[in-house]
Amino acid sequence: MSGPPLRTRLAARGLDGTTMLILPGLIFMIALFVYPFFYGLVDSLTPKEGGWYANYAKFFGDPFLYDTIGATLWLALPVTIINLAFAVPVAFRVRLMNRQRLLTTILVLPITLGTVFVADGLLTFLGPRGWFNHTLLAIGILDNPIKLTNNYWGVFASLLITGFPFAFLLTLSYISGIDPAIEQAAATLGAGPRQRFSRVFLPLLVPGLAVTFCLAFVQAFAVFPSAVLLGAPAGPTRVISIAAYQAAFEQYDHSLGSAIALIMGGVELVVVLAVLGGRSFFYRGPAGGTKG
Amino acid sequence: MNSVANAVASTRSNARLELDGLSRSFGAYNALDGVDLAVEPGEFVALLGPSGCGKSTALNCIAGLLALSGGEIRLGGNRIDQLEPEKRGFGMVFQSYALFPHMSVRKNVGFGLAMQGVKGAEADRRVNEALALVRLESQAEKLPGQLSGGQQQRVAIARAIVIRPPVVLMDEPLSNLDAKLRLEMRAEIRGIHDQIGSTTIYVTHDQDEALSLADRIVVMSQGHIAQIGSPQDLYQRPINVDVADFMGFRTRVPGRIVAVFGDEAEIDVAGARIAGTMRTPLKAGDSAILSVRPEDLIAAEEGIAATVASMEYRGRAFFGLARTADGSELYFRADEALPRGASTRLKPLAQRALLFKDATR
Repeated sequence: MSGPPLRTRLAARGLDGTTMLILPGLIFMIALFVYPFFYGLVDSLTPKEGGWYANYAKFFGDPFLYDTIGATLWLALPVTIINLAFAVPVAFRVRLMNRQRLLTTILVLPITLGTVFVADGLLTFLGPRGWFNHTLLAIGILDNPIKLTNNYWGVFASLLITGFPFAFLLTLSYISGIDPAIEQAAATLGAGPRQRFSRVFLPLLVPGLAVTFCLAFVQAFAVFPSAVLLGAPAGPTRVISIAAYQAAFEQYDHSLGSAIALIMGGVELVVVLAVLGGRSFFYRGPAGGTKG
Repeated sequence: MNSVANAVASTRSNARLELDGLSRSFGAYNALDGVDLAVEPGEFVALLGPSGCGKSTALNCIAGLLALSGGEIRLGGNRIDQLEPEKRGFGMVFQSYALFPHMSVRKNVGFGLAMQGVKGAEADRRVNEALALVRLESQAEKLPGQLSGGQQQRVAIARAIVIRPPVVLMDEPLSNLDAKLRLEMRAEIRGIHDQIGSTTIYVTHDQDEALSLADRIVVMSQGHIAQIGSPQDLYQRPINVDVADFMGFRTRVPGRIVAVFGDEAEIDVAGARIAGTMRTPLKAGDSAILSVRPEDLIAAEEGIAATVASMEYRGRAFFGLARTADGSELYFRADEALPRGASTRLKPLAQRALLFKDATR
């Protein structure tokens, strides 16, 4: 008794020639993510001196180190929330525009500039002799220039500029994914713009906004160049990536550096899981016109 | 009338809907060009036409989803064309159903009531009645995604009528359903209309749907109203060749009038003399067009000579396409399949051919 050939049986389980196409991606993932991750994990557990947990004990025992978590969160969370809060209304407006592409291009431009370029520009623009202060002084709103660089606000502004396009693009795609007839239906049923937003759009958008939040947050949490260039890297903007960098490349303790990098990932994971977990309280199915 | 229908029956309104010179242009293109129509309370009116004729534009203008470029809309004598859609209170049923995917069936149906500030027991009672009317009481707690297409469209109908709108607007509500379901839902929509007595404007491109549902059909073409009439009127007495074509008179062949007798005339088509009813005034020697439905054009000894190009089986009979020597297309009926390339002679059944003035010549 012979069944169908092996090839057919494998194909029935979803394994055929096409399956091979995942191989390059898989190799890439293993080489560039899985292997470095486990390398770092092992590295962090084999400290220069002390037990396997010595690096972690050191980190959580030294306020100069563990305070970086708070400093980074204090930058990344507000920036992410504000970016999202801006992205939603802007995306709502852009959705209805005819020249969508032009405006989208302008809004997305900052992504292409790179953080260093933006930081350099902001140093000049927001600096004590920059246009921003000049203008406010000239109008008479200020008596003395306000300090917006080499402190928290410089990094904050830079993160807003580089993070917004990202949050905006994602939000726009989620909003465009909602069948316009759903809004029209709500309107004909007596819902004004405010009710249409709060009762129809927002509940349908929450899952997408949660994903956007996570991606934007992770991006902001990993801030490094602008924290150094525009911030006060020894003070309030001593973010966690600076701590990792200093441990690995200034104190030559790559094991401690790996441990800090893993702690960084752990904090991101906690925030991401919390946000995605909250998503389960909302509807998560398709938001288009459903067809029978 | 049962109690359920009684309760929803306050939908019945005395307000007459009037469209006066309704116009809407998109750039230089006039999608809707001076449409005048009055819809009586309780009437079921179908807007019928091919895609791009302006029927959906008209419906969206009435709903308030599109602003007018010109003209007025009045309901019960009051101008409403400047009102936001949420202030007009028309229930609308969409082709894509447009249910709120994150709300249960009950919440969907109750949405309009919540917006009107109807709450508590009163809201519950009316939602239940509306669900009973579309026979979906048992599905009330499900999400739209868990329902079939037909059920979803019934939810959409319940959601539109529960607010007791003065006018119910339906935008091709059946075109996403399969053929069998479409027939069932058609009967159901007419049944609901008869029970609650709502004024309904129904947009469709399907002449069968319009014929079977509507009290009055408005045939639209290129942003204008081409003809308004009862289903019988339109079916038997289309006003021009285009309306005739749309109402199923597929064959339209040019010829020359040879004799006129009262309402009737004889036309010469490719050497054959065919009798027909004049729909526009004609005299001997005029260029004219002969319009016939496929089911009324059959083989006859003294018919128009043509060559069979294709045949298809439709159950009771065969329907075919034949071409005359000069390339005119004739859609005809036959009891048996004729081979491709066969010569035949085709003639309309008596009284079933219409004659129109040939505007192209």
